[in-house]
Amino acid sequence: MIILTIIGMALVTVIPRFIPAYIVDKIQFPTWANRWLNAIPYAALGALIFPGISSVVPDRPSVGLIGGIIAIGLAFFGLNIILVVIAAISTVFILTL
Amino acid sequence: MVTKVIEKTQPSTRMLMIQRGISKGFPIMLGYLPIALTYGVLAKQAGMNVSEITLMSVLVYAGASQFMGAGMIGAGAGMLEIVIATFVLNFRHFVMSLSFMNRLRGIPLRWKVPLSFGLTDESFAVSSLHTEEAKQDKGTYFYAALMLTAYSSWVIGSFLGGILGDIIPDALSQSMGIALYAMFIGLLIPSVRKEWRVGIIATAAMLINYELSLYISSGWAIVFATIIGGFCGIVLLKGDKS
Repeated sequence: MIILTIIGMALVTVIPRFIPAYIVDKIQFPTWANRWLNAIPYAALGALIFPGISSVVPDRPSVGLIGGIIAIGLAFFGLNIILVVIAAISTVFILTL
Repeated sequence: MVTKVIEKTQPSTRMLMIQRGISKGFPIMLGYLPIALTYGVLAKQAGMNVSEITLMSVLVYAGASQFMGAGMIGAGAGMLEIVIATFVLNFRHFVMSLSFMNRLRGIPLRWKVPLSFGLTDESFAVSSLHTEEAKQDKGTYFYAALMLTAYSSWVIGSFLGGILGDIIPDALSQSMGIALYAMFIGLLIPSVRKEWRVGIIATAAMLINYELSLYISSGWAIVFATIIGGFCGIVLLKGDKS
């Protein structure tokens, strides 16, 4: 039964992933649609970051937000992404000691 | 690293692309391992065995929905209920895939389809910020290597979580929950520095997502925030050469 559930989950996850491969093969988009699609990564990043980041520590939204602000600051100064990640982890670790 | 490679006898473009893909996939691996371990532990507690835990990572390969799925299995939820919830939560990948595949127009369908299977929030974000490879010779190997790096760390991490149990101390695993968010920030900010309009698009999506998540499930909220936030780009990215 669990196996069937997993297969069902896999199908509804994988089908939306690969259908676009066939769509772009068949259809040429107008300029505005291309611009829209080119903006999707940035919109997606925004939506993935907030408000999700405030629930890193579920009952203390400020912890995630402070970690995020530190990450923004360090990334802005051009720090390598791995160091940004490690700094954010350390921040949350210290704030929850 | 690059110079060392060049000193050797003329490496193939393919090898260079694979190396580049692995190095760009490395931060994803760093973020995935602790989360995959945690997933393995929680799924085990929910009553799944190691092969089911690993199989779910192999076939579904979508973090948040796997946590949810394992939790629902543990709570005795029905199959249909779990599958529908998974569909809603993962539908954002449709929008992401459409954007990514549109960038990969130049490459053949037999490459596009397998690459689409490896699409997650993280691999999409990293790949989309490296669009120049799509136009380069053997660029497909870059994306394939990046996605396999992420995928294998997810699968191996879940398997290890299932057999080893809780090996990460509680305090540390909670702190690691910020890893992927920090990675998203680390990906977004350099783009904002290059082009401030990108920051407006992302901020718009954040606010829309926040507002919508008060009324609808987080799965749909992310889908609509991404779609609507992206609309800002139609006006803002007019000067975009690509």
